[in-house]
Amino acid sequence: MKTRPSTTDILATIEAGNDPEQGLKPRSELSARQLMREVGAVLRMSEAEVAKLGDAPADPADDQTMIINMGPQHPSTHGVLRLMLELQGETVLRCKPIIGYLHTGMEKTGEALTFMQGGTNVTRMDYVSPLNNELVFSMATEKLLGIEDEIPERAVWMRMLLSELNRMSSHLLFLATNGLDLGAVSMMIYGWREREEILRFFQKVTGLRMNHNFIRPGGVAADLPEGWRDDVLRLLELIPPRLEEYDTLMTGQPIWRERLQGVGVITAQEAMALGATGPILRSTGVAWDLRRDQPYLHYDQLEFDVVVGKYGDSFDRYSIRLNEVRESIRIVHQILDRMPSGDYRIQNKKVTPPPRARINESMEALIHHFKLFTEGFKVPEGEVYVAIESPRGEIGCYIASDGSATPYRIHVRAPSFVNIQCLPHMMRGGLIADAVAIISSIDPVLGEVDR
Amino acid sequence: MSDPVVPFTSRFSREQRVVHCSRAEYIATVRGVLADTFSMCVDLTAVDYLTYAGDRALPVDVTAERFEIVVNLLSIEKRERVRVRVQVPADDATIATLFDMYPGSEAMEREVYDMFGIKFTDHPDLTRILMPEDWDGFPLRKDYDQGEIPVQFSTDFAEQR
Repeated sequence: MKTRPSTTDILATIEAGNDPEQGLKPRSELSARQLMREVGAVLRMSEAEVAKLGDAPADPADDQTMIINMGPQHPSTHGVLRLMLELQGETVLRCKPIIGYLHTGMEKTGEALTFMQGGTNVTRMDYVSPLNNELVFSMATEKLLGIEDEIPERAVWMRMLLSELNRMSSHLLFLATNGLDLGAVSMMIYGWREREEILRFFQKVTGLRMNHNFIRPGGVAADLPEGWRDDVLRLLELIPPRLEEYDTLMTGQPIWRERLQGVGVITAQEAMALGATGPILRSTGVAWDLRRDQPYLHYDQLEFDVVVGKYGDSFDRYSIRLNEVRESIRIVHQILDRMPSGDYRIQNKKVTPPPRARINESMEALIHHFKLFTEGFKVPEGEVYVAIESPRGEIGCYIASDGSATPYRIHVRAPSFVNIQCLPHMMRGGLIADAVAIISSIDPVLGEVDR
Repeated sequence: MSDPVVPFTSRFSREQRVVHCSRAEYIATVRGVLADTFSMCVDLTAVDYLTYAGDRALPVDVTAERFEIVVNLLSIEKRERVRVRVQVPADDATIATLFDMYPGSEAMEREVYDMFGIKFTDHPDLTRILMPEDWDGFPLRKDYDQGEIPVQFSTDFAEQR
């Protein structure tokens, strides 16, 4: 019988210059201790309790399990997620997500780009909520520069407006893909349609539908265009009745509930042990939202509710996201009422390039412009970690700077990367047909998982 | 619980709590932080300080080494964060795993191994996570050059003809 190498063997293989295989081995090739650790550590159970979970026959040779591969080119894997599933009949015993198919070394690239250019890089990580990526990167840079309290009011409120609209567009995309994965194909069309309305607004403001590079260290790239208020108001009128339609189409529908309720259950303790954040953690009843609990920008001045679930299943995660769209609409209404006038970026010549018109008149402006776009601006030494609430959970940015114009090390704590660790746990003991529903309810974005 | 726990003292760096500890006291320190309601390991990453030009501003009792492991822990009860920084020497790039305390650190430790070649002892599944199994080198090390890899096809149309 082949046995799986122990940790010491793995280390010896690495010393010899080889890397061990990434794939999932059948459980019959695992030692009891390894299996227990795989399950028990997550569940925080004693060994005796874990042993009760095992239903493996005494002789490993009798163990009739099958390993099947799902993805990376599977339509329901939201990109290039590959899962190896160990099945017994139709029951999923174990599961292992295998990632890296979209790895493009963005953290390494980030070390070569200046703080000025960095936004173009981070915005491509979570391409469904790019503005949140830019926001966390800009906030980390500003904290290193020590200018986080000097950002003009209008820029702060614009950032909040864009961040909330982005949360709405991201959740609408989730509703679309979640519907598609479960066979509610018309929902797919509706979700994409509403998301497109928001992206059209982004296009008007930033010039691009996605990957905006609009929120930059020091503020935002441009002021809001003329007529923006009417556009936002139109969105705010358009979306709520559509959400009611979704409720009619899905929330109350028996087939929908059957497919989601009680599927992919995770408890609060397990979610916290696995580091899950965002709707996954909230679905277990933990009211943890960085917008409320560690407020950034001016979220502490707004009124909104943190939507929590109770059962930690896929249905809770669906309804949390649906209702978070409603909360975001509430927030955007308040932002519209309070949007101040003034500068949209910091008036610090060392960080912000001069306006185009000034370059024709002033030698100094031309020099600043040239220096900023060739060398970039220098950021003081130090290291900083800033986290905000993205639609998928906590997105964090860790930057270590050595005093030059490029980050010495930039690391993005991607919520999806951590959240997909919940997959093996949610799928355990479930049916293979529910696997798709569970992947969908995690809402991973593989661009951010692999970076 | 008979496991040793080291009381931790934190400093502040840009209003953020940072704990420095030695590699030997790493597990005991993190255990102390965990006991202090920091029940979530939000992030675990590393930095390769090989070519760092600036002043690292480490406390006097910490010897600077090439690698540094940075662990971000979060307490939901206290709404606080704490960052544990551990120095790891280049000639023995090994450190204990946090898996038994924070199972969520599994993928993050694999990523650090994949990108920096820092080995986590007693990690349940220390394999490459983002790079292919047969990849050579550790991409985020500072002595790993950024560049192009040769491609199988050519964009020189004259040559193709």
